[in-house]
Parts: sequence; structure tokens; C-alpha cells
Amino acid sequence: MTEELDAGMVAQRIAESDQVSEPSPNGEVGRRRRRKEDARLLTGRTQWTDNIQLPGMLYVQFLRSPMAHARITRVDVSAARELPGVVAAFSGQDLASEQGSLPCAWPVTEDIAIPEHPPMAVSEVRYVGEAVACVVATDRYRAADALEAIEVDYEPLPPVLDMNDALAEGAPKVHETGNKAYTWKFAQGDMEAALRDAPVRIDRTYIQQRLIPSAMEPRAVVATTDGETFTMWSATQIPHILRVMLALTTGIPEHKLRVIAPDVGGGFGSKLQVTAEEVVCLLLTKRLGKPVKWTESRSEGNLTVHHGRDQIQHITIAAESDGRIRGVRVELLVDMGAYLMLVTPGIPLLGAFMYNGIYKMDAYDFTCTGVFTTKMPTDAYRGAGRPEATYAIERAMDELAAELNMDPVEVRRRNWIKHEEFPYTTIAGLTYDSGNYEAATDKALALFGYDKLRAEQADRRDRRDPVQLGIGVSTYTEMCGLAPSRVLGSLSYGAGGWEHGSVRVLPTGKVEVVTGSSAHGQGHETAWSQLVADALGVPFEDVSVLHGDTAISHRGMDTYGSRSLVVGGMAVLSACEKVKEKARKIAAHTLECSPEDVEFSQGVFRVKGTGAQKTIQELALAAFAAHDLPEGMEPRLDADATLDPENFSFPHGTHLCAVEVDTETGHVKIRSYVAVDDVGRVVNPLIVEGQVHGGIAQGIAQALYEEAVYDAEGNLLTSTMADYLLPSAADLPDFVTDRTETPATSNPLGVKGVGEAGTIASTPAVVNAIVDALRPHGVHDIQMPCTPERIWRALRERAQA
Amino acid sequence: MIPAQFDYVRASSLEEATQALAADEDAKVIAGGQSLLPLLRLRLAYPSTLVDIGRLPELRGVQDRGDHVFIGALTTHDEVMRDPVLAAECPLVAMGAATVADPAVRHRGTFGGSLAHADPAGDLPAVILALDGVMVTTRREIPAAEFFVDYLESAMEPDEILTGVRIPKLGEGWGYHYEKFHRTAQAWAIVGVAAAVRRSDGAVAEARIGLTNMGPTPLRASATEAALAGAELGDAVRQACEQAAEGTSPPSDLHGQADYRRHLAQVLTRRAVLAAAGAH
Ligand SMILES: Cc1cc2nc3c(=O)[nH]c(=O)nc-3n(C[C@H](O)[C@H](O)[C@H](O)COP(=O)(O)OP(=O)(O)OC[C@H]3O[C@@H](n4cnc5c(N)ncnc54)[C@H](O)[C@@H]3O)c2cc1C
Repeated sequence: MTEELDAGMVAQRIAESDQVSEPSPNGEVGRRRRRKEDARLLTGRTQWTDNIQLPGMLYVQFLRSPMAHARITRVDVSAARELPGVVAAFSGQDLASEQGSLPCAWPVTEDIAIPEHPPMAVSEVRYVGEAVACVVATDRYRAADALEAIEVDYEPLPPVLDMNDALAEGAPKVHETGNKAYTWKFAQGDMEAALRDAPVRIDRTYIQQRLIPSAMEPRAVVATTDGETFTMWSATQIPHILRVMLALTTGIPEHKLRVIAPDVGGGFGSKLQVTAEEVVCLLLTKRLGKPVKWTESRSEGNLTVHHGRDQIQHITIAAESDGRIRGVRVELLVDMGAYLMLVTPGIPLLGAFMYNGIYKMDAYDFTCTGVFTTKMPTDAYRGAGRPEATYAIERAMDELAAELNMDPVEVRRRNWIKHEEFPYTTIAGLTYDSGNYEAATDKALALFGYDKLRAEQADRRDRRDPVQLGIGVSTYTEMCGLAPSRVLGSLSYGAGGWEHGSVRVLPTGKVEVVTGSSAHGQGHETAWSQLVADALGVPFEDVSVLHGDTAISHRGMDTYGSRSLVVGGMAVLSACEKVKEKARKIAAHTLECSPEDVEFSQGVFRVKGTGAQKTIQELALAAFAAHDLPEGMEPRLDADATLDPENFSFPHGTHLCAVEVDTETGHVKIRSYVAVDDVGRVVNPLIVEGQVHGGIAQGIAQALYEEAVYDAEGNLLTSTMADYLLPSAADLPDFVTDRTETPATSNPLGVKGVGEAGTIASTPAVVNAIVDALRPHGVHDIQMPCTPERIWRALRERAQA
Repeated sequence: MIPAQFDYVRASSLEEATQALAADEDAKVIAGGQSLLPLLRLRLAYPSTLVDIGRLPELRGVQDRGDHVFIGALTTHDEVMRDPVLAAECPLVAMGAATVADPAVRHRGTFGGSLAHADPAGDLPAVILALDGVMVTTRREIPAAEFFVDYLESAMEPDEILTGVRIPKLGEGWGYHYEKFHRTAQAWAIVGVAAAVRRSDGAVAEARIGLTNMGPTPLRASATEAALAGAELGDAVRQACEQAAEGTSPPSDLHGQADYRRHLAQVLTRRAVLAAAGAH
């Protein structure tokens, strides 16, 4: 029976969830604030791109390739043009001279092959779902009907689906240049010696299955023009980057193009892209002079939103017999799909410096080869490269523990960087500024009841219980807060990693904040308001945060890579400092003292030792009136800051998972899950918990449920949500989340990123738990997603062997 | 996706609905739309007319009719799962309905629609088959054993409307269980087992078992039913349930290969029978 909700109970629950768990006497930072955004979002007063209606709007639909690989010998859109309501129809050929090539901004090596990537295919299609033609009509139904009238002749070419096959001699080619995009290497220390001398060696191959990012809001684009300037609304994470890239690819001058990301309902990296649909919609509005809209359907999205992961990982650990690691060698094959999109080739490189995890070692060797196949391109997906790295090393650490008959926590303890060793420069060359792996792990073990669960596990094993218990450990760190521009430059990335913020105190003392970090569900408006309220001593309610429109927020690098708070938030804080210094000068001038004699506290500027004071609101009005400002001062109380981080941020933590595996059916039930994360100083615990919960859910989803499956012809079989399984709240346990707090030293607040941590940590915790349950049955690995059928087959094979 | 064009008739009586169906051979009934609309949206079905029977109150609700219970075709899954008559007389139906999809689908999807759709992966067809329900249509009565003809195909004519289902009461001494095996709470059954068991003296006296998703139609596990008669709870039940997949032809698809489904049918049948017998 569902519980009846009465109004009093609801109010009480809201009050409870609004409690201040970590009261900081003066402030907002650390407060469990409910999000400013939510009342509006939950009551439907939103503006998603698909909600936008413009006079005379036309609707776009794309005809998509049913073939994984084929030459296009003919496209005839003429019959579609004749249908009622159809305004225009174009083939790729029709737009060939103006559509350009979709950009890849991360040429990771000098000799990388970056194939032409026309937004609509002109002569060859290379994945099922690739756009070959489009129809523009007066409504989306007519546009969809008209697609059926377009004739396309294809001359089939062999699909290329398996990475190993693709690299074999004589394999059919995805592109004329071949199936290899690049090979990128990194090596440090004497790997040969480590492999030669170490008595223990773990060699494993793991498959990172292909995933389909499934944001709640599908992608959508609206484009319009007044004949001279262009405006695009897009469900994008990156309005700023998109604007630059569209200007470069379409030739529309940057200053004539405005990009708006209105309310955006999630992205997880999938909206960190410059898509074919965005480019084509812009060209269509240019040609037709009318506003156009395209909104994907869910099955269209499954086919054509860029996919994530898809790697074959070979990992070798060389270790001493006491468990100490000598070296780690990694060889990756990474499926690029058919083309290189915005940051496709760079994604595995974001993991390149993470396979050593939190561990010390003498040698590290990393090689990554990007491979073309006739599938949807891959690109950033929550964690981007780092979940893959964490999975491989954390799975292999459990294998090492099993090989040595050691407790998996103990083997990690022997290898991790001790808290007194920070800052620590790792074998991969990163400097971890701070961390305390002991504290997080001890707390997690206590919350989990580790020893008791181990006892229960032994008991079930003894009883040969058909339901076996498994315990999985994952101790992770990650590099986020993308990113120091010089580091990005050294990795050949096409842009910097700075962020912009500006703060203006209005005449009435209210504050407007403009951030370049464009939120799409994270809660920036709330967190930034908390930061600014503390920094300027103004009420939380007096701050509003603007973002996501290049005409309002003119500079920015947007939101991804857990960068918003550590880069964007710190830029806002830096602008607050400048505002404060300016206000101090005005205060000193008005109160007739020197600025050094003015103290600031909680929004009030006081002259030391006297009672004279001015509030920041009074000073804002004074700046506005400008009747009596210090000599040479411009009459405004505002400031900008563009901040380039000096280092990445390195959150870390320990996740523990207990699973019950039904050995008769292969069914896995997560019995308990404990996450202790160290994300440094916390601005809003409620938001942090939300990010951790969602992240864990997404990581569990990779471990147990999600997989994009292509058949032997290259058709995507998981094009609907009936076949591409996503868990819901009903499938997930209650998570026990807690924190340790080791401040980052690379920013003034001591904050670290949290957006991806849960996803990075949880996948190996779950799979380690499953394998732990099955080890006595002789099973040492289950390929993800660990479906009941895969588990049943693994058990049956061992039983028959 | 976006459905192709169709005409729409909102019927205000069964006669009107029947006439509208007879007038257009490509017309289709729409009830809750939870199975039909996805097909339209994916352009896997192109009916020229949809005849909406959703506002015919006479097709909705559950009635106790002495020796049987009558469930109106338009009764939603949510209503079925909460109905007091069903809870008392035919709890297996409520148990099956409670496993369908999620609350949103259960509030729109109808009992009759689930049966008329004749999807062997649906949870209710196997339940009704196990209980020997009788389909009542605008023309005739069709026993469940003859109703499910093939994959997504029932014995009804295109202009025939299912008005409800009669479910005979089994009386005292029966226990029930629906065991659904699926990967996520919202997902369809990989295999499901509907069991009704009469127990006497620590043994199974009589059992009726319906199988979900073990072939192109819902199936009875006849060999197991026969072997269970008189079987002691324990090894005898276990052995009887090993025959659960006999005579089935389960599909192989993304969610499970046929051999896995056969294995599951055995394990789940044992669990369902033991649970229905109160031995869990
Ligand atoms: C996300 C999702 C998950 C689902 N998961 C499950 C699940 O786990 N288990 C399960 O059993 N089902 C599941 N379903 C299907 C659900 O149970 C549907 O409600 C049911 O199958 C159809 O009922 P309906 O009223 O919606 O029928 P409709 O979709 O309206 O119609 C379905 C078919 O039956 C015909 N029809 C409907 N009513 C009649 C009638 N009275 N007489 C003659 N023909 C009729 C229609 O013409 C059509 O061909 C799921 C559906 C969705 C959308």
C-alpha cells in the first residue's frame, strides 16, 4: 500500500531535508540548501528547447541510413517535396558545398587520421542512423511522413564492427586512410625491469561495453535568423564552445551568432558535442529564412547521440609477493566509431594518467589505439576515460589480492599513497595535491560492517547456500576540474580550460552573477548563490545567477569534467574579491579614511576602531549615483574574472558493495552499498549527495544493465528503452553515503569536483563484489553488464569443466 | 518517433465501436494505448482508424458473480491489483497485474488490452490461462486455451471486441504465486510462472501452471502439472518442476537465449509452486 501523504507530513519532510547539517556560523557555504532551481523545474515552468515556439516555425526530420556501411548511389527527394505541408527537402549532396565537416578539436597525435565528417552523408554512409537527407515541413508529423517518400539507393559495403578484426591485415576499410585513427603512448620508469623481476604477474583483459547516454531531455535544436544575425537554442552543455565551432564550420561570423542553452535536462557528456543536427538546422534557417526546430525521438537518440566507453583493455600488474606493485602496463583498443567527433580521440587520454590509481609504483606504460568501426561515434560520457581506468585497475587489484590470497583492502593499503606523503607526484606525472585514503577507507569499512559481512560470506559458502554473498571494494581517485590550459595544450587539445565569472552589485544592492559554466541540472544557481552570499555578505535570496546564453555570458568554457565549482565557481569567487576591493575603496573614500583601515565582515565595511560603517548595499547605491567616488574610479560596482586552474582536482574515496548472487538464476541483488567520498570542502551537502547518488546509479547501470548491442550487420538492437535497460529507483538499494574532508590545496575554498566521482567508483565495486561471490565456483570474471544469463553461463561452464 | 496519420473514432457504445470496426478493415481498437501506441510511434503498425473504447463505463470494473468473477476489459491493471473481490477470490490475477511495468503504465493499461494484444511476454495471459479463464467478446465466449493463437494473435476477428473475462472460482484450499524473472523492475518478463496449487497433507494435490514468454503464446506446463499431482513438498516437487520446459519453444533474444529460458522455467516453476503451496 502506498502511504497517504498529508500536508503536515510533507511540510515536515521538507523541513527535515532543509536542516543545516554542518552549520557554519556565518554562512551559506556548507549549508544544506534546497535548490533554487527546483520549484520552477518541478512545477513545469521551464523552457526546454522543445518548448520554444517562434512565429512561422518549421519542423525538421532526418532520413537516416539503414545500412552500417554503403555507398550512396542516388538520393531523390523530389517526391517528398511535393507532399502537403513540405517546404523543402535536401540530400547531403544538396548541402555539400556549405555544410563543411563536423569538428574534432582534439588531434591527439601529429599523424592522427581525422576523416571528413559531413553533417549529412554525401557519398558514403558509415553507421546506421547517419543522416542522409532531411525534410522541412509545417509540422513534425508531415515531415516524418515525407521521409518515407525519399528514395535512396545504397551499394552495400562490408560493415566493420569488431576492433580486432578492423586492425587485421586486409580488413575492409571504414575510411580510405584505414581503420586506425592513432596510437598514443606514455611510459615512465623501467617497465621491462618490473616485468622481469617481479615474482607475481596479473594479466587481464576487460571489455568496457558501449553505453548510450540517456539524458532525461532528448536533444533538440531551434535555429532562427533575422536575415543578418542567427540565434540557436540547443539542448547543449556547451553554448560557448558550440558558438565558436559553428562559426568555424559554417562560416557564419561569430559576432552574428548567438547560442542559447535554455533549461537543459541532463547531458552526462552527450551534449558536449557539435552535432550534425545543429549544423544542418543553422544552414536550413539560413536558406529558408524561417525558424526551424528539430527534436529527436528516443529511438533516434539511441542511434545517434554519441555513445560512451567501448574499449578493450589489456592490463598487466607486476608485483612483489607481499603485494607491492612494481609496475602497471596498459594497452587499449578504443572504438572511435565511424568518425572523430568533438573530443572523441581524447577521451581515453583523460584516463591515461589514472590507471595507476591511488597507488605507488616504479613503472607505468600506457598505449592506446583508436580504431574506426561502422558504428555511431563515441565521445565523452560521465567520467570520460576515468571510469574505464578505474575499472581496470580496481578489477586487477582484486585479482592480485586473490592471487596472493590477501584481503582486497589490505593489498590496496600496501600500495596507496599515505596521507603524509601528499603532495605526491605519481608515476603518470600528475601531482596529487591532497588526500587521505586511510581515513576514507576506515570510515567506509566501519559503515559497511565489513568483518560481519565477511563472516556471513564464509557461512554461506560453508552451507553451500544457493545465494552467495560477495563483497566488492573500489578505492578510487580521479582527475577533474578540467583543466589547466597548459596541460590541455601539452595534450594537443584545441582550447583552454579556464572559466569566466562576473559579479555585479545592482543599485538596490541585489547581485547578479554571470557564469561561463553552463548548468544543465547540476544546481549552479544555488551553489553559486551560496558562494557569493558568503563572499559579499549579502542574503542568499539577493543573488541571481545567469548563464547559458552567449549574449549574456559572453565568455565561457561550459560544463563537463566536474569542472564547474573548481574552475567556474572559483572564477566567480575571484570576481567577488575584486568587487570587495572596489567597495572597500569607495567606503574609505566616503568614510574619509585609508582603505587599509577598512575592515570587511558580513557585508559591512567598518573603519577600524570607530563606529563608522557602510553596508555593501549603500556602497552599491553610491557607485550607481557616482556623486562622490574616489578620483578616477569608474561608476560601477562590478568585476570580471577569468581563472585558469593551476592543477586538476583529485577527489577520492572508498566504495564498498555487497551483493547476493542467486547461483540458480544468476540474478544479482545489491544488498548494501557504502560510499565514502572525499570531495574536499562542501558548498552544499544536498547537491553533493545528489551527484553521488546519481553517479553511483549510473555506475551500477554499467555494471549490471546497460549495453549498446549491434548485430552482425551493424544494426543497433538496443534502440528502445525496452531493450536498452536503465535501472530506476526500484532497482537500486539505499545508498549509505558519507564523506571525509581533505581540502584541496589548489583553490582558496579547498573544493574538489564531484560530478563524476560516483560513476567512476561504483562500477568496479559492483563487479568486484559479483566476482568475489563466485570465486569459490572458479569464476574469475564476468563481462559487463553482468546479466543473470552471463553469470549463469559462467557458473555452468565451470561446473562442466 | 512520430506515428503516421490515422482517423480517430471515440465510440459512445459497443455497437458504435463494432460498426466503426466493420466499416474499415484496417481499423483497430484502442483501449489504454500502452501496447498499441508504441507500435504506432515506431511505425510498426499503420492502422487507418483508431476506435477508442476507453470511455465505455460498462466495460470497466470487477464483479463477483457467484461461481466466477467477471473482470471488465477496461479495468486497469492498477484497479485489478487493488480490487477486494479479486484479492479474496482470484489473488493470482492481482499478483500478475502488480508486476506489470510501472505505476504509470498500470494506471492506463487495461486488463482486456493485455489479453487482446496476446503478447506471450505479457504477465496476464499466462495467469488467465492457468486459471482457465473464459474470454467474453461481442460475439461469443472463448476459453483461454483457444484464445491465444500465435505471437500477438488472438482468436478474435478484427471487428470483435473483448468485453471481459470470466474467471472460475477455485474454492478453498488453493494457494497462488506469480514468479516473474526480469532484469529491472519495469522490464518485461524473461520468463514468468503463474502457479495455483491445492495442498493437502503436506503434498501437492493439484496444480495449474502458466508460463510467460516460453513460446509464441502463453503455455501450460502440463507435464509438470501431471507430475505434481500427489507430489510431496521437497524432492518430488523439485523433480516434477524439472519438466516445466517440456513442450515449450522459448525465443532467443537480447534478454535471454532459449536454453537459459528453459533452465529458468524449471527453477522458477519450483519456486512458484513452493510459494503457492506456502512452503517458502
Ligand atoms: C513501458 C511499458 C512496459 C510494459 N511492461 C509490461 C509488463 O511488464 N508486463 C505486461 O504484461 N505488460 C506490459 N506492458 C503492456 C501493458 O500491460 C499494456 O497495458 C497492455 O499490454 C495493453 O493494454 P492497453 O489497454 O494499453 O491496450 P492497447 O495498447 O490500447 O491495445 C493493445 C492491443 O489490444 C487491442 N485491444 C485492446 N483492448 C481491446 C478490446 N477490449 N477488445 C479487442 N481488442 C482490444 C488493440 O487493438 C491493440 O491491438 C508494458 C507497456 C509499456 C508501455
